[in-house]
Amino acid sequence: MTTTTQGAARRAPQNRPLAPLPSTLRNGLSRGAAEIKMFFRSKEAVIFTFSFPAFVLLLLGSIFDTGETMPGGASMSQVFAASMIAYGILNTAFTSVGVGIAADREDGTLKRLRGTPITASAYFIGKIILVAVTTLAEVALLLAVGVVVFDLQLPTDPTKWLTLGWILLLSVVACTLVGIAASGLAKSGKNAATVLNLPVIALQFTSGVFVAISSLPDVMVKVAAFFPVRWMGQGFRSVFLPDSMTAGEVSGSWELPTVALVLGAWCVVGLLLCLVTFRWTERRAG
Amino acid sequence: MNAIEVRGLRKSYGANHAVAGVDLAVGEGEVFALLGPNGAGKTTTTEILEGHRDRDGGEVAVLGVDPATAGRRWRADIGIVLQTATDAADLTVRETISQFAGYYPDPRGVDEVIDVCGLTAKAGARISSLSGGQRRRVDVALGIIGRPRLLFLDEPTTGFDPEVRRQFWDLVRSLAEEGTTILLTTHYLDEAEALADRLAVIAAGRIVAEGTPRTVGGRDRAPATVSWVDAGGPHELRTTDPVRAVTELAARGRISQLQVRQPSLEDVYLDLIGAKA
Repeated sequence: MTTTTQGAARRAPQNRPLAPLPSTLRNGLSRGAAEIKMFFRSKEAVIFTFSFPAFVLLLLGSIFDTGETMPGGASMSQVFAASMIAYGILNTAFTSVGVGIAADREDGTLKRLRGTPITASAYFIGKIILVAVTTLAEVALLLAVGVVVFDLQLPTDPTKWLTLGWILLLSVVACTLVGIAASGLAKSGKNAATVLNLPVIALQFTSGVFVAISSLPDVMVKVAAFFPVRWMGQGFRSVFLPDSMTAGEVSGSWELPTVALVLGAWCVVGLLLCLVTFRWTERRAG
Repeated sequence: MNAIEVRGLRKSYGANHAVAGVDLAVGEGEVFALLGPNGAGKTTTTEILEGHRDRDGGEVAVLGVDPATAGRRWRADIGIVLQTATDAADLTVRETISQFAGYYPDPRGVDEVIDVCGLTAKAGARISSLSGGQRRRVDVALGIIGRPRLLFLDEPTTGFDPEVRRQFWDLVRSLAEEGTTILLTTHYLDEAEALADRLAVIAAGRIVAEGTPRTVGGRDRAPATVSWVDAGGPHELRTTDPVRAVTELAARGRISQLQVRQPSLEDVYLDLIGAKA
């Protein structure tokens, strides 16, 4: 057994009474503040990632803007503008969270945090605060483009706003949780954006966001019905389009109970995936 | 109680036995250096002690607790200076350090840490704008902000210029003065010699020598080299009794460039890892 004399000769650390560990909530809030600062200070992310859905809306919306109205009275670009809110949420909740966590794993953020007394929950509270703030900003930006450029009508009925509230909440929770789980799919932070964009783009096309759902092949609609994006788009159309527009939906109604059911189920699936797959560090070869 | 107590530590990656039975004991308040070539098992051993990595076998107690199952209170008592991290690039030095201070129950003052790490002039700068050496000092600041009882320093001065390196050594000495136990892994033998109370050399997953910088690997007993130049040209002699050799030389008459050289830590180290590699 080796012992040492040099060490013992040194001044012993003072005996301090044990101070309480800081709470998860307090650490989570300060993580959230830091996440928001870091996000808005990285100009490229704000300009190219955050604004991207609004840019797509502006371009495709203008292409669809033929002056004709669809059965039910709204224009094609209005339908598109309402559906695009689903893309906005995928962007700020699913993709940004997935890419952000993969990057945190790669650049040492998670490893460094793991060596401190902070809890994993505090880290996730920070991410959730970031998602909440960026998603609200994203939705506001998309609505502004929709209203100003494509004459989208904001609802006056408070129940529509209530519907918007719960669909937004369920969508954000589901997308964030699945995004956290998906961050593990990418082997490195560098290719995370590429890996995560594929399902996002595929679901935009098959779920009636980029192309009106009434013109999609039957099989595609059936498959897409298992994923949240279709129901998010349908939910947002129910809020921002007149009820006469149910004519363009698959079942001829908004199906809000199904929207709630599917999105709720994805929240549960997302949570389970997170618990099973979350890693603090990058996967390493042997 | 020893700050670190390791017996029979093993860790394999497939067929590669990265750590193949390491025993280690580091006393409270000691500065202990772990030396070894790349791939010798230094980082794996350290990461197991830090709680970053699982082990395959052996007993480990760090501050009396098994790192594999240690909780938040234990993490509040250790400080880790990571080898490579590029996180928090868009925050300022002060923002990052005060953020981390909030994770600990009894942190040091943010300004005090900024000051002792020599970052006062850069406190308001974004981390992405710092030089490599300044970045490393932020790593050190984050490692000590929680007032750790045990500090892990993994290659802390890689990329430092000589002056900054001296300043950093002073910082380590003052932490040791305060009673912090320090486990230092380094490639620089002069750094180990300057800072460590004791050191161990690890090669191929095993400890091949352990001792103080003066005695490790039989350095104090190894033969010295006596060299000189006379009419016949340069000469060199290896002897365990250099005093006698010099006395005899002096009696012989005119010689020049007389030198007595004890083996350096580097000589001993190269011998140790050469024999085992």
